Amino acid sequence: MKTMSAHIVVAGGGVAGMEAAGTLAGMGYRVTMIEKDDAPGGHLLQWHALFPDRRPADEVISHFRKHTEHPNLRIITGTTVEKVRNHGSGVLVSLSGGAEEQADAVIVATGFELFDAHRKEEYGYGIYDNVITSADLEAMFNRGLVAKADGSVPSRIGLVHCVGSRDEKVNNNHCSKVCCVTAVKQAIEIRKMLPSCEVFCFYMDMRMYGPYYEELYRESQEYHNVNFIRGKVSEASVNINNRLVIKVEDTLAGRPLKMELDIIVLMVGMEMAGAGMRLAEASGMKRGINRFLESTDHHYGNNLSGLRGVFYAGTCTAPMNITDTISHARAAVTETVKYLNSR
Amino acid sequence: MRVTQSNKFGFTINRSRLIDYDSSDRKVREYVTLREPSFRLCFACGGCTATCTAGQHTSFNLRRMNTFIRRGEIEPLREEVKRCMLCGKCLLVCPRGVNTRNVVAAAAEAIVKLERNEL
Amino acid sequence: MKPEGKKRIWAEYQKEIPDDHFFYVRSCIRQTFFAGSEQYFLKILRDDLGKDVYEDPRHTTCTGIGYHGDVVPFETIQAVVARHFALATEAGYKHIAISCVTSFGIYSEILETWKHFPETLERTRENLYKATGRTFDVPETISHTSDIIYKFRDQIARKAKYHLIDISTGEPLKVVEHIGCHYSKMFPKYGVGGAEFPHVLVGMVEAWGGDIIDYPERRHCCGFGFRQYLVQANRGYSLFATRKKFESMQPYRPDMIIANCPGCTMFMDRWQYTIREIDGITYGADGQGIPVLTYEEVAGLVLGYNPWELGLQYHNVQSLPLLRKMGIKADPSERFLAKDGSRLPEPENLING
Repeated sequence: MKTMSAHIVVAGGGVAGMEAAGTLAGMGYRVTMIEKDDAPGGHLLQWHALFPDRRPADEVISHFRKHTEHPNLRIITGTTVEKVRNHGSGVLVSLSGGAEEQADAVIVATGFELFDAHRKEEYGYGIYDNVITSADLEAMFNRGLVAKADGSVPSRIGLVHCVGSRDEKVNNNHCSKVCCVTAVKQAIEIRKMLPSCEVFCFYMDMRMYGPYYEELYRESQEYHNVNFIRGKVSEASVNINNRLVIKVEDTLAGRPLKMELDIIVLMVGMEMAGAGMRLAEASGMKRGINRFLESTDHHYGNNLSGLRGVFYAGTCTAPMNITDTISHARAAVTETVKYLNSR
Repeated sequence: MRVTQSNKFGFTINRSRLIDYDSSDRKVREYVTLREPSFRLCFACGGCTATCTAGQHTSFNLRRMNTFIRRGEIEPLREEVKRCMLCGKCLLVCPRGVNTRNVVAAAAEAIVKLERNEL
Repeated sequence: MKPEGKKRIWAEYQKEIPDDHFFYVRSCIRQTFFAGSEQYFLKILRDDLGKDVYEDPRHTTCTGIGYHGDVVPFETIQAVVARHFALATEAGYKHIAISCVTSFGIYSEILETWKHFPETLERTRENLYKATGRTFDVPETISHTSDIIYKFRDQIARKAKYHLIDISTGEPLKVVEHIGCHYSKMFPKYGVGGAEFPHVLVGMVEAWGGDIIDYPERRHCCGFGFRQYLVQANRGYSLFATRKKFESMQPYRPDMIIANCPGCTMFMDRWQYTIREIDGITYGADGQGIPVLTYEEVAGLVLGYNPWELGLQYHNVQSLPLLRKMGIKADPSERFLAKDGSRLPEPENLING
């Protein structure tokens, strides 16, 4: 079969890239996956356990390791895709460092970046010792120890939702979708690890959109005594005991509320990755007002770039959870194969 | 405005509306949660308040009362709990299955106990 | 607390502060409440730093208090500010030095409006020309006068005769800094260090030897407001906000407060008296009040000027404990002497007497 010798370049080695690359290799295509870091895996490598069932992230990582071990799949690490352009009947792919790859099709899976919490100056990330991000908390879970900067055990932790999401002040009007459920998952994990530590989630809306997410929210209240306060934290500071103090409106009580906390966890949202933005600029790919890649049709063309032979997979198009990212990557594979067969 | 000794300026210092979580008292919450564990499940939808008989003609608001109990704001509770007619319609409405009627009963008990220093 | 985190933010909010040739616009209230501050700003810039600062006697109020009190419309205040620009243009100045934070906020707001809605600039030019026959250039920079002292803080430090240090212990003084809301909350980019961690006063205090207290209500408004203090019955509004700040800073036992806004300096000073009368409480160490100084007064003390020439005696909370700590010898009995040596009536109910 002529098409089976076709060469497909996958830009990005996170969940979407690994799913697409492994699946195409398994189907007999020659695949090159380009990963910017030293190893594929993406953000998953930093995560301790996954929502909603708190499954260890390692399980999913080993799945993808096996999935991407294939003689047809070549992985290039420490490299980014800088530009793609139509060339002859295929796509010419320019890599960082000047090398080029001739491909029959390209799947863009450049993914997301976590919001840089320094930008919400009022929370004092990088200034106050015990203000951390959701990613920092996962690292603590990985080390098996949730502690204050001085090593002491926290007695009250607050998780602040929507940091860098739904916030015009940082030019992000979009919802990052996964932070609410991440907060609930992390709140439960803290409660299990430190049963005497009070945990508060400060939320604007609880957006528990996925299967078993709402159930997890209920579980967190029913069995783990996680507290929820509806209101956006407006600022954090420290008092004379170096304890954090937050200001928030308890919007359900209709009154301002002040609370001391030992640790603040900022639930950082998703933004379009910088490497993906550079690739889009150089290659003439359209981006939406949320800066993610814009497909030709958000209902039935959501893997199509509008460039011949170039397809989108995963969170380079919008915030998504792992399940949806995998589905989106599989759809990108279908579109790619359909395209190659029709040439 | 009447000018008193402590108010020779024609104005006083406004009262704080702040809920100071570190100085408020959550004994009532602990008591209510113990007596009625489903209290934890309230997610403040307001269904109870919409259907409430008493809430149509008094300030009684079960959704807000739950919030005050959770934050340890006891003062507003004292009068509030007396307004419930214990009809139980809120029980039928609650999507989280909170035993709302028993929450009010437990809160009323807690307040009596608080006054007797039994909490 | 990680100081490098603050430095990171400060690096992002550096504004252009010119080196010389300022057109000075005064505040309506500062000359009354902190009688020496504006005079010593001019003296320090001209005599100690050798700078050119120009004043035009035809300069008027910016009408900011009326604007925020809802009696002066935006079109009117734009024309008033445009007239000040016309005076600067006529005198050949491109850099405005603004003494008042309310005015600074007004100037910032107007310049931003003109930038985003150029038709409002054209209408203002027309209104000013019709009313006065004047034309103007939009200034190249606007600086609050605290920006300018900030810029020259190290030069002032090199000439320092006294430091913000307790000479009996050798320890830095503990200083609360307070920024006027309209200095950077409306437009963080116009303020040195932005709005969350402003650097303008921190930079001065640290250059002159003091330590800054970062207390929980540091960013809270002093409560000045406009309608809130103009209407007597509303003053509890203002008083509440100030008390909230004092309660929050009290555990740190601050030696002094430095502020860059006329309203903040005045209310944080005068309300200490009012709160003492109503609640019987003062917030300084050992039952004393906490002196509240303008940045010019602090710069003046550092440079060795006479505290009574700087006008410190006209604050409700007297600075004697602070002066003692800094090792500044000043005779309290000379506080209320007039220029001709005659004795002025002494105010009652001073704090730190």
